Amino acid sequence: MTVGTQSPVAPRDTVIQDEPPGATRSERLSALAQQHGALVTLVIAVLAAWLSFDTFMTTDNMQNMAVSSAFLAVVALGMTFVIVTGGIDLSVGSLFALGGVLAAWGSQYGTAVALLLPLAVCGLIGLVNGLLIARSRLAPFIVTLAALLGARGILLAVTDEGSKTYLVDKDSFFATLGQGKLLGIGAPVWITVGLFVAGAVVLRRTRFGQYVYAVGGNEDAAALMGAPVARTKTAVYTLSGLCAGLAGALNAAWLASGVTILGSGMELEAISAVVIGGTLLSGGFGFLSGSLVGVLLLKVIQNVINQIGSLDSAYQQVVSGGFLAVVVIAQTWLGRRRRVL
Amino acid sequence: MTDLSLGGRTRVDRDRLLRLLQDYGVHLGVAVLLLVNIAITPHFLSAENFRTQAVQVAPVLIVALGMALAIGSEGVDLSVGSVMALSTSLLSLYLGYGMWIALLVAVLGGAAVGVANGALIAFIGVQPIVATLALMVAGRGLAQVLLPQLKDVHDPTMASLGSGDLLGVPYLVLIAVALALLVAFVVRRTTFGRQLLAIGDSRPAARLAGLPVRRVLILVYVCSGALAAVAGVLATARLTASDPTSLGNLMELSAITAVVVGGTPLSGGRVRVGGTVAGAVLIQLLTATLIKHDVSPSWTQIAQAVVIILAVYAARERGKR
Repeated sequence: MTVGTQSPVAPRDTVIQDEPPGATRSERLSALAQQHGALVTLVIAVLAAWLSFDTFMTTDNMQNMAVSSAFLAVVALGMTFVIVTGGIDLSVGSLFALGGVLAAWGSQYGTAVALLLPLAVCGLIGLVNGLLIARSRLAPFIVTLAALLGARGILLAVTDEGSKTYLVDKDSFFATLGQGKLLGIGAPVWITVGLFVAGAVVLRRTRFGQYVYAVGGNEDAAALMGAPVARTKTAVYTLSGLCAGLAGALNAAWLASGVTILGSGMELEAISAVVIGGTLLSGGFGFLSGSLVGVLLLKVIQNVINQIGSLDSAYQQVVSGGFLAVVVIAQTWLGRRRRVL
Repeated sequence: MTDLSLGGRTRVDRDRLLRLLQDYGVHLGVAVLLLVNIAITPHFLSAENFRTQAVQVAPVLIVALGMALAIGSEGVDLSVGSVMALSTSLLSLYLGYGMWIALLVAVLGGAAVGVANGALIAFIGVQPIVATLALMVAGRGLAQVLLPQLKDVHDPTMASLGSGDLLGVPYLVLIAVALALLVAFVVRRTTFGRQLLAIGDSRPAARLAGLPVRRVLILVYVCSGALAAVAGVLATARLTASDPTSLGNLMELSAITAVVVGGTPLSGGRVRVGGTVAGAVLIQLLTATLIKHDVSPSWTQIAQAVVIILAVYAARERGKR
């Protein structure tokens, strides 16, 4: 065992980058497995579910799954940016719930308020997270863990200690954003797809996106190259807060109410989805399409467990947790293999 | 370290003051809260009140002791809350075979989660946050699979463990104090404790020095898991019910807060057991004060969040060498 392979965080300077020209066959295979492993698993899972359950490949089930995936996907979108910088955001579950409640409350004043209020509040909390992490150099997990608690406190404060549920008028335009359909596909799905396309362009094709990768790959090197490290980190946590707030707002529109008990454990689902999708938790490497595949995979597993009526929904957590462990082990192994070879 | 080379008397004094505040701020905080409470809270100085506070803080403290070890080794254990849930499920399932066997199974369950955490971290090289996150998700699920809903625990021995006392001091508190002394002894006076700190300080250096890094790391997470399981058992005894759905929720946050507020740096290499105890007491007193003065749960949570951030902010200089 070499010195580098045991450190808790993969050494930042050896994080996988795009394929060097002289890569060997096994290196290429490892890279393929890392990048498309989740997609292959998703296809297998869908085929297996299709063959096993008559009720799986129905229009209703597919539509439900797509819409319920959409909210988690939006949260995972922001989370991907955070994780690519080598950070983590544990506050998204609380922000998701807070966003939903604020949107439902705001919907009585019109769609603009219903959308802008959660975005403003959740974005602000994300900004504070980012400033504490980037400027004061506090550990991301502890800052966002505190934000998880604080956001839930705010949620309780605006809902009369959780006893009040604000409803969304079903005829309003805001409700259409959650419940409407275009070409048979739910509005949240369209919005999510749009956001992912935009996000992928930002991450791959803009200067900001390159900074995100650079900061995650090696913060010191990025700073020496002149990348605005603190600003980039602040921006990704703000983005993550915005995404969580938006997802919460869309969810409130879909459910037509601001349910206060939602979102607990969502941070874990989002992180799992991002990691399953091939993004490295040590930062510097990752892609949005993988996160989307990760979300779908989690939702298919959830759906299958629901289809097996006799299984408790708690099995889903066991499977997700086990799956996360397997993926992380596989990633570490693949990463190490490629470094060693 | 820097104060010597930089010179300047005022600078030295300020540095020293800052360090003193960082090291003993938590004790100061506890003292201030006690004084404030004596001044403004009616019936605060009763034995009954102190007993209640001590019983409430005991499970958090026990979990925080294990967390302090994990953080001292430059890791973290997010699975502690789920381990508590798992131990309450196991306890209630095996109670039919007698309490001691049930206790043993519950603690072994916690230790098993610790082995899994430790193996992922030490052998595979997964980051502690991620490894324990996986076990956090899976552990809570497993606890609910084993025991789908809340179940009452009718066992006289368990009931007496939860509410009995010795010379007026509840068993829960005695156990917590004994474990705190044990962990303090282990950290200061045993080879394992020294190795743990060395690994937390610098893992490559510890490995080059020939320390059994992987074995020590696994043992750290086994300790953390076992302690969390003990806390789960004690919490079950106090509630006389097993509730795998909610027991230990957000416990990882409380434990990390107690450890960090107590002055153990997140960067590892140092474990302050006394500070951890004071940190747990501080959080408990703060929460109790807010609740006694009818501050709503929402503002209590917000206040806790602010305290965590302030504590980490105050501690951040310590991490720099």
